[in-house]
Amino acid sequence: MEKSIAGETIDVNTEGYLTQTNQWNEKIAEAIAQQEQIGPLTDKHWEVLQYLRQQQAKGTALSIRGIGKSGVVDIQTFYALFPNGPLKKASKIAGIPKPASCI
Amino acid sequence: MKRIVILGAGSGGTMLARHLFKKLPHESYKLTLVDPEPRHFYQPGFLFLPFGQIAPEECYRPKTDFIPKGIQLKVDRAVHIDPELQKITLDSGQFLLYDILVIATGTHIAPEETAGMLGTGWRKDVFDFYSFDGALALRDKLSQWPGGKLVVHITETPIKCPVAPLEFAFLADAFLEEKGIRDRSSITYVTPLSGAFTKPRAANKLGHLLEEKDIHIVTDFAIREVDNVNKKIISYDEIEVEYDLLVTVPTNLGDAVISDSGLGDDFGFLRVNKHSLQHEQYPNIFSLGDATNVPTSKAGSVAHFQSELLSANIIRYLMGLPVQLDFDGHANCFVETGHGKALLIDFNYETEPVEGTFPLAHIGPLSLLAESRLNHMGKLAFHWIYFHLLLEGHSIPFVSPQMNKGGKKLEPTPT
Repeated sequence: MEKSIAGETIDVNTEGYLTQTNQWNEKIAEAIAQQEQIGPLTDKHWEVLQYLRQQQAKGTALSIRGIGKSGVVDIQTFYALFPNGPLKKASKIAGIPKPASCI
Repeated sequence: MKRIVILGAGSGGTMLARHLFKKLPHESYKLTLVDPEPRHFYQPGFLFLPFGQIAPEECYRPKTDFIPKGIQLKVDRAVHIDPELQKITLDSGQFLLYDILVIATGTHIAPEETAGMLGTGWRKDVFDFYSFDGALALRDKLSQWPGGKLVVHITETPIKCPVAPLEFAFLADAFLEEKGIRDRSSITYVTPLSGAFTKPRAANKLGHLLEEKDIHIVTDFAIREVDNVNKKIISYDEIEVEYDLLVTVPTNLGDAVISDSGLGDDFGFLRVNKHSLQHEQYPNIFSLGDATNVPTSKAGSVAHFQSELLSANIIRYLMGLPVQLDFDGHANCFVETGHGKALLIDFNYETEPVEGTFPLAHIGPLSLLAESRLNHMGKLAFHWIYFHLLLEGHSIPFVSPQMNKGGKKLEPTPT
């Protein structure tokens, strides 16, 4: 379904995750972050968001432990940056799909 | 003589080898399978083994039963691949040269990746059921277990057969009830994801199952450690879940040969094109089954569908033709829900599991995303089908490698 955010119309699923990752931009990220009560987004937030987008584009599955080993951010800081389910929140702001199972 | 080497003689490797053996002239091609394990395991059996619903000896047969004479089987482990020299180093010190390499080394559990998981409680009150030994040890534990706090836990995703932990919780509920100890036991399902069901239609249709079966759920739980002394698992954000019996699915990794050769992602799964199953950098390397990084389920059905399409792609490549991008992520899985019932799901990269009929549109006889006894019979019959049809490279009647949209209720999306 379509949704208007930060002055643009984007495609999202029922939970508000972008379904077209190429529709993402920094303004959209900031607006979603605000809705999720995260931020204001700092350089460290952006570094993590860019890393997640890169990994997703490469087809790599994302996990909290993997992010902790990436050298981009340690797990404690990741939780501090994106409290309450950091991977699903950061994925939403980064405009990539929510980590999911097959059902 | 062209040399085709397949690393791994599990479901994917064996089925692919048989397809290629059928289609290629034997005088021009040499097929070699390499696998350190002489037994071929029926891995769906590992779900039933802990509850005594399948005998250990029904869970495996010798690999040689499924590999025709004419295909060489080396019981050895590949330890390094040099894709430039097209050379594989084996654990025994031997080398193998290849023209085509297929990596079908699957995935394995890596409990050592989580602090404390291999601690003093390992296989005393901390168990896995993703290995034959683990499932067998858990059977012995459950047969004596007086009841208490059972925690079914997923460490992180991706994992092989993503529905198996949920099936385990459902079967445990029925098992404990039949033993008359359900009332003094609790079952808690702990997942790193946002729910037991993460797809809208499945959540909508099946969300009630957990409540009905009185299974508690803890979501968004990223484990930091297992505390063996106080018997609890602790997350990075300090959430604690106590257990008397912890049944965990440890981190799943690809075979070390992939990462040690610099060919894998962070989990050691081979990076391949998700439609052609061809390596992006080295076009004479292909992969199938659990060993790949493609974003569909790690499941036997996927390996089965891939084996048919990949064998055709390898032949095209050998003939100098472009590979086809025809794998759509198709997976088809039974989901046991306990008390002799099961669900069936059929999906691909684009289409999430939905309701409907299978394999014939409007006829069935199996029903999608709904519990039925017939689905459970299907799962039981699958044991025979697996050993007698699938491993020999036969298709299941009416089930094509690509997902069929017929008989599926694709609209509307629940909100």
